[in-house]
Amino acid sequence: MGNKQTIFTDEQLDAYQDCTFFTRKEILRMTHQKGMPFPCPKLHGRYHEMAPNVVPMDYTKDPDVKLPMQLIINMPELKENPFKERIVESFSEDGEGSLSFNDFVDMFSVLSEMAPRELKAIYAFKIYDFNTDNFICKSDLEKTLNKLTREELTAEEITLVCEKVIEEADMDGDGKLGFADFENMISKAPDFLSTFHIRI
Amino acid sequence: MGKKKKCALAVIMEDAGIEIDGQVESDTESEEDEAKEKTPKRKPRREAVRPNRLKREKQQKDKEEDESKEEDNGPRQNRASKRKKHQRKNSDGKKTEEGVSHKRERDKKAPNKEQKDSENKEKKTNKEKGKERENKEKKERKNSTPSTTSSSSDEESLSEEELAMLMEQVEQKKKLISTMRNKPWRMVKKLSMLREAQAFVEKFEGALGKGKGKKLYAYKIMMAKKWVKFKRDFANFKTQCIPWEMKIKEVESHFGSSVASYFIFLRWMYGVNLVLFGLIFGLVIIPEVLMGMPYGSMPRKTVPRAEQATAMDFSVLWDFEGYIKYSALFYGYYNNQRTIGWLKYRLPMAYFMVGISIFGYSLMVVIRSMARNANESTGEGDDENFTFSWKMFTSWDYLIGNPETADNKFASITTSFKESIVDEQESNKDENIHLRRFLRVLANVLIICCLCGSGYLIYFVVKRSQTFSKMQNIGWYERNEVEIVMSLLGMFCPPLFETIAALENYHPRIGLKWQLGRIFALFLGNLYTFLLALMDDVNEKLAEEDVLRNITHWTLLNHYNSSVGNGSTATPPPLDPADVPRGPCWETTVGIEFVRLTVSDILVTYVTILVGDFIRACFVRFVNYCWCWDLEAGFPSYAEFDISGNVLGLVFNQGMIWMGTFYAPGLVGINVLRLLTSMYFQCWAVMSSNVPHERVFKASKSNNFYMGLLLLILFLSLLPVAYTIMSLPPSFDCGPFSGKKRMYEVIQETIELDFPLFVAKIFSYVANPGLIIPAVLLMVLAIYYLNAVSEAYQRANAELKKKMQMLREEEKNKRNNKATTNSAMQDLEDLFKPSMKSESHPKHVEDKKTEPPNKTSPVGKQGKAAAEDGSPINSRRGAVLTPPLRMLVTQPPTPGIRAPYPGQPRPGAYPEGPVPWRGRGQPRYPHAAP
Repeated sequence: MGNKQTIFTDEQLDAYQDCTFFTRKEILRMTHQKGMPFPCPKLHGRYHEMAPNVVPMDYTKDPDVKLPMQLIINMPELKENPFKERIVESFSEDGEGSLSFNDFVDMFSVLSEMAPRELKAIYAFKIYDFNTDNFICKSDLEKTLNKLTREELTAEEITLVCEKVIEEADMDGDGKLGFADFENMISKAPDFLSTFHIRI
Repeated sequence: MGKKKKCALAVIMEDAGIEIDGQVESDTESEEDEAKEKTPKRKPRREAVRPNRLKREKQQKDKEEDESKEEDNGPRQNRASKRKKHQRKNSDGKKTEEGVSHKRERDKKAPNKEQKDSENKEKKTNKEKGKERENKEKKERKNSTPSTTSSSSDEESLSEEELAMLMEQVEQKKKLISTMRNKPWRMVKKLSMLREAQAFVEKFEGALGKGKGKKLYAYKIMMAKKWVKFKRDFANFKTQCIPWEMKIKEVESHFGSSVASYFIFLRWMYGVNLVLFGLIFGLVIIPEVLMGMPYGSMPRKTVPRAEQATAMDFSVLWDFEGYIKYSALFYGYYNNQRTIGWLKYRLPMAYFMVGISIFGYSLMVVIRSMARNANESTGEGDDENFTFSWKMFTSWDYLIGNPETADNKFASITTSFKESIVDEQESNKDENIHLRRFLRVLANVLIICCLCGSGYLIYFVVKRSQTFSKMQNIGWYERNEVEIVMSLLGMFCPPLFETIAALENYHPRIGLKWQLGRIFALFLGNLYTFLLALMDDVNEKLAEEDVLRNITHWTLLNHYNSSVGNGSTATPPPLDPADVPRGPCWETTVGIEFVRLTVSDILVTYVTILVGDFIRACFVRFVNYCWCWDLEAGFPSYAEFDISGNVLGLVFNQGMIWMGTFYAPGLVGINVLRLLTSMYFQCWAVMSSNVPHERVFKASKSNNFYMGLLLLILFLSLLPVAYTIMSLPPSFDCGPFSGKKRMYEVIQETIELDFPLFVAKIFSYVANPGLIIPAVLLMVLAIYYLNAVSEAYQRANAELKKKMQMLREEEKNKRNNKATTNSAMQDLEDLFKPSMKSESHPKHVEDKKTEPPNKTSPVGKQGKAAAEDGSPINSRRGAVLTPPLRMLVTQPPTPGIRAPYPGQPRPGAYPEGPVPWRGRGQPRYPHAAP
């Protein structure tokens, strides 16, 4: 194996293993991707596959490569998700939706099965916070609802639901959900962990 | 560390799913070398700490460089394994927040350490760094002062206190490393923090002992992973084993849980019927077919000669006459032989016991299911608090990757929102309570009148039919009057009830229950007439039997006599079984009635679905193109799924099965087929030709109402069967109990003949009324006691709920007053920070803290961020998300009191306080001046 082309150095793999919920095996699982002459790491393979011309095969030098959101949200894992743009934006470092490989790994690490509830809650909050003002306010809720139901509810129904959500979860009474409110609510939700989870 | 040992470790780690790259193996030797070198390399450096300050400084720099070099090509493997160990050590009781707070504490407590550490790695020179370096040097000096003269290593030179502090820090770093993945930081930051912490641990590791148990750790990790995977697979397997789960989910996503509740009920019924089917086929029908006397060997197992010509015709078979009547599907086929076959299987006994245990099992299953449902519905008390929030934030399943599934999910989420909205609107509807009450009472009065009227009508018609039956040459209408009236009632009453129920304006879920109850009451009349007719039939047959019994007797005697009279001494040739005159066998007749009823019910249901739903849907869909008005929105429209009718159909059908099974063991088989086909057929019909209800409503969490109806029907159907078993004489020439006075005598017979004497004695004692009455009394007392206990629990439950609600309110108020900053909140803010290269630098936390003007002037910060970064988007983001603004938002908005931002003109707010240029008589507001 030593003579094969390496994508990551050992240190990098170790570091990734410490910083994500992927095991070495998962990062390194050899999968024969289409059109690739040799097996390549799974996560990197998925990243590479989206833009084979841009993403280098050698990551030992930490190249500064970013993929635009349009490519990422067309992954089969994200394609059907109504919040795909928000997910990608939340994990991108510049907030505009382009993901470097680090962000990419980060995203699937947080969304993996092993990530703890607290971590997931933080990112879920970011995802549902559409206007990134650190609060989930009414307009965020409306957007979420419209995305969830494909805008099939009437305006009154939407208002009613949003008011109910705020009434239920807003503990400090400021008319919008801060992170503390959100966390308090989501920590009691029975299926948050099972639904906020993507397998890659 | 020998190579052998290392290889063993590698093998284990590979097992644990921590694959080791080939590179490691190739590097192993060099690593080993380095590891050997490491100790001697370090010592001279540490010995080189000399009293000469200048020289020491130089040496320090060298050392830094050395170390950084060592880090770059140092023995990773070794370090990784060390880290494993620490992870194991610290794996217990670590929490993200704890880690975060720890980190913060540390940052505050010993910034020097941090900075020093970071400096070791990243060679950036700025002003702050220089300051830090000074600090560090001071510290170094302090560390080394006590042992300036000695040339021993650092660790020894440290005092106990400092050593303890160092160890603590190392521990903290290790903790940080092990919880790094739980931190909500950007990956770049995580990586750099990790590197830093690793370097720190690496450096001061020597102070601590080395742990053991890497193998155990790897093994544990491996087992944990396997266990998680197994659990997941098992859960998947379990859901795959539930039949029709996907079908029902699909229906539920489009039509709501109320329609799905019918299908779930149908599935449950199917399960129960499968068990009944197994009991009857395994214990009665199959033994009879395998070991009983074959067809044609006895009169009861042979088609009579008069019927033999047509016995195979389809029309006859369709009426369940002919060969079907004389088959193991009906009661009459069974012989009263005590044991059959080489197994000495006691068939009559088995028949009786199975008949009883069908009721026993059904009762048990229904009641158990009701109890479980009740448990579930009371179990989740905290549920209502966050209905909408949970729906909003946790209903989308991020695993969905298939467009069709996604469509279904969107539909189901919309439906569930609509359900909750209906519930919600219902709960805060303000209305004229008196009018509503009046209307409800009025509706109930009307419906009771309807029910009484139809009841009397049924009674009247049945009475009339009894007089008709005594008359000769009556017309078609007179003969079928009861049926006609019954079906007319069944056709018109439910819509009438529904119309009246519109007056009541109940929530649809409660409305459905009322509707179910009312139609149930109506159908009870149906049942009553059916049973009455059947009893008349049975009594008639019983009378007929008395006559026939003598005829049969005489026939056999004559046959015998004639053969004797002919003078033949040999045994007379047996009479052909087909020629023997036989009784009417009322049990088989009853069985046939039930089978016929079931089959016609199935047909009617299916035809109704086909015509009423499918043809109608086709008509509306395709004729709509060339019609005067909009068919889809207007009159015929598409059909809704009739929940109440379908549920009641299912319940009454099951009642028929329970009643009829004793007389027609094959009935359960027919029912199983029916349920199976109707599952597919109705699912298809619903998806293809029905529209969702106008107000989609959520089914009650437990379908206990359906179960309650089922229990009632079960009880009602138990009565006639028990009556026939206990008080009607069985037919003399057919069935397993022929020749006995009553059917239950088969038990007594078995006890007397097959059990030892004392069992019979005990049985007779137990059957003594003197024992039974106290037992019944005891049970009543137990019920009373348990009822009281459950009431007490319910009260306690309500009390606790109230308390919880109060606590929640209190918490709300408390949070209202308290403006604490959450550590997680700050991390969140860090995340929102624009990405800058400098941010990856671990010191930025301190950077922020040392910038006092930020606290008061978000504008300044914004400017700065913009200046630093240059990108307009980032500057906007930075401005929005800086902590000062958050303070601004969380505090009550008091823009008037706030001091104006430096360097900015006061925004057009009204000036407060004395305004210097305002003279007497002048208007207070300059712009309002003329």
